[in-house]
Amino acid sequence: MHQPTTQPRPSIYYPYQVFQPWLPSQHGAQPRQKVVIVGSGPAGMVTALELARHGVASVVLSAELQFSQGSRAIVFTRRSMEILQQVGVAERMTEGGLPWRFGNSYYRGQRVFRMEAPHDADDRFFPMLNVQQQYMEEYLHDACAASPLIEMRWGNKVLGVTQREGSAEVLVDTPEGEYTLESDWVVDASGGRSAIRTAMNLQMEGASYEGFFVIADIRIDLPLPTERLAFFDPEWNPGNTILMHREPHGIWRVDYQLPEGETPEEALRPESLKARIDAQLAMIGHAGTPWEMDWSSVYSARTLTLPDFVHGSVIFTGDAAHLLPIFGVRGANTAFQDAQSLGWHLAHVVKGLAGPRLLANHSAERVGAAREIIAESGKSVRFMTPPTRGFRLLRDAVLSLSLQHAFVRPLYHWRTSRPHEYTHSMLNSRGDDNALFTEGPAHGAPPRNIRLAADDYLLDHLGGGFDLLYFTEAGEVPETIQAVVRQARERGVALRVSAVGHDGPVAGADQSFADADGHFRARYGVRASGAAYLLRPDQHVCARWLTLDAHRLQAALTAALPQ
Amino acid sequence: MNTPATLPIEGLETVYDALAQAIDQAGPDKTELFLVKLALLNAQALADAGLFQQHLQAALQDL
Repeated sequence: MHQPTTQPRPSIYYPYQVFQPWLPSQHGAQPRQKVVIVGSGPAGMVTALELARHGVASVVLSAELQFSQGSRAIVFTRRSMEILQQVGVAERMTEGGLPWRFGNSYYRGQRVFRMEAPHDADDRFFPMLNVQQQYMEEYLHDACAASPLIEMRWGNKVLGVTQREGSAEVLVDTPEGEYTLESDWVVDASGGRSAIRTAMNLQMEGASYEGFFVIADIRIDLPLPTERLAFFDPEWNPGNTILMHREPHGIWRVDYQLPEGETPEEALRPESLKARIDAQLAMIGHAGTPWEMDWSSVYSARTLTLPDFVHGSVIFTGDAAHLLPIFGVRGANTAFQDAQSLGWHLAHVVKGLAGPRLLANHSAERVGAAREIIAESGKSVRFMTPPTRGFRLLRDAVLSLSLQHAFVRPLYHWRTSRPHEYTHSMLNSRGDDNALFTEGPAHGAPPRNIRLAADDYLLDHLGGGFDLLYFTEAGEVPETIQAVVRQARERGVALRVSAVGHDGPVAGADQSFADADGHFRARYGVRASGAAYLLRPDQHVCARWLTLDAHRLQAALTAALPQ
Repeated sequence: MNTPATLPIEGLETVYDALAQAIDQAGPDKTELFLVKLALLNAQALADAGLFQQHLQAALQDL
């Protein structure tokens, strides 16, 4: 029998709620489910919320009775916020979060690099927002609880998954014993230590790096702005790296690399933590400032991914599908993109609007994203934790040169998580005018946000299905195009039409944006009436035309939902 | 195509002595670090990653 702890987790700032376990004896015979999601972290809950937006019900199983132990993921990117906006929790994230856009790298007491993330007036969200993961999970959970299509089952631990023809049987343990749950689809969002992945004996490709980092969250009052701080090769920890981030509620995250040969157990001893945190505070000029420990953990850098996320009826997502390094805020920020992608792909398959090829596309796109992240973040990891003597020499040479020579300083910048562009997706339209545009988001790219008015942005008005942006100065969308839209909707495809460029309502459009100053059209590279963009339900572009016609719109919709 | 400029023998002799003295000045503990810094500065001045790769291969010969 699975007995998750009923004691609230210790925290000096977050009041943990202990949920009641879901017990099979209190519920009737279990019907076959469409989707069972294993894991109630960011990947699991965003998948459930996205599925629900598309009208697909799911059951979410959580082995625990509480949210994440410790702050874990604390930095969320603009694209993550745009995804969280789609599932309705962006406002709460913003209310409690600390926005930032500057990062500082120090060597020998000198600031040798300052990263400035661009913040465009057209963007609603800051490049980065710091929020502790427990709060993020609480906001997502509240959104799940508000959805009649999502059933949360706390204290339900998955013991195994048996694949059948066209479905899977999930064996679940609870505080009163086991039960089985049959489901068309099982989404494994159970995290990096996925037991399902291990039981299925699936091998990940990539590399694991030696070298451990301690993460410690402390409460301390430091008169410093919300900016990332990185210290290389400090006197108190020679050859190693220290990172600091401000979190809400008076908490600071201190990450530091362990000296070679030290075990995680040694590093997590209270006296070891205290000595090192005191040394770090002394180095930044705040020796003796009182502080209190909240939570500590250890991690190592890994760049691993499954080469396919879909295995029969089981789909892996988030950390269950890949293990990505923390440098560049790759964990939860990648999981949100995975979950958003999985949500709409799976929903359209469940609803019969597309065939299994759509799920194969999801896997191809997100494996591609993981591989891109691995290639990019591998550079950061090799700089932060040099894997060989050669890499260490090069890193040390760059540190030394950076004091006097600007040309090496950009090597300090670890690329930050960004949305993957599905440039070569099979969903992209072949016969459109993508190559003829000189501006605007291209095939597979996420949309560009537009500030429409005070506290009013384009992305506030998109999502939940396909979006057709139709650029016209006329008061009507051509009837032939309206006919294609009607046919798609009659099939059950959610497709919203937004007209851009006409002041006033546009017949055949669900909403219209006047774009009096032409700024919207300029950002999308549109020079004449009749142009259009088709966005997928994850808002990425799958077709764009200088002059849209009904035939090519139909072709693009057919390509985006392969049978 | 431009013929690459070459270092006349007097210049090469100057580099020879200067590099030897700089290695001694860096000392045994810092020689590698010094040489890697030098290589990066030279690579930046060279402004040609392909040519740098050729130099790497040439230097790896006959070690």
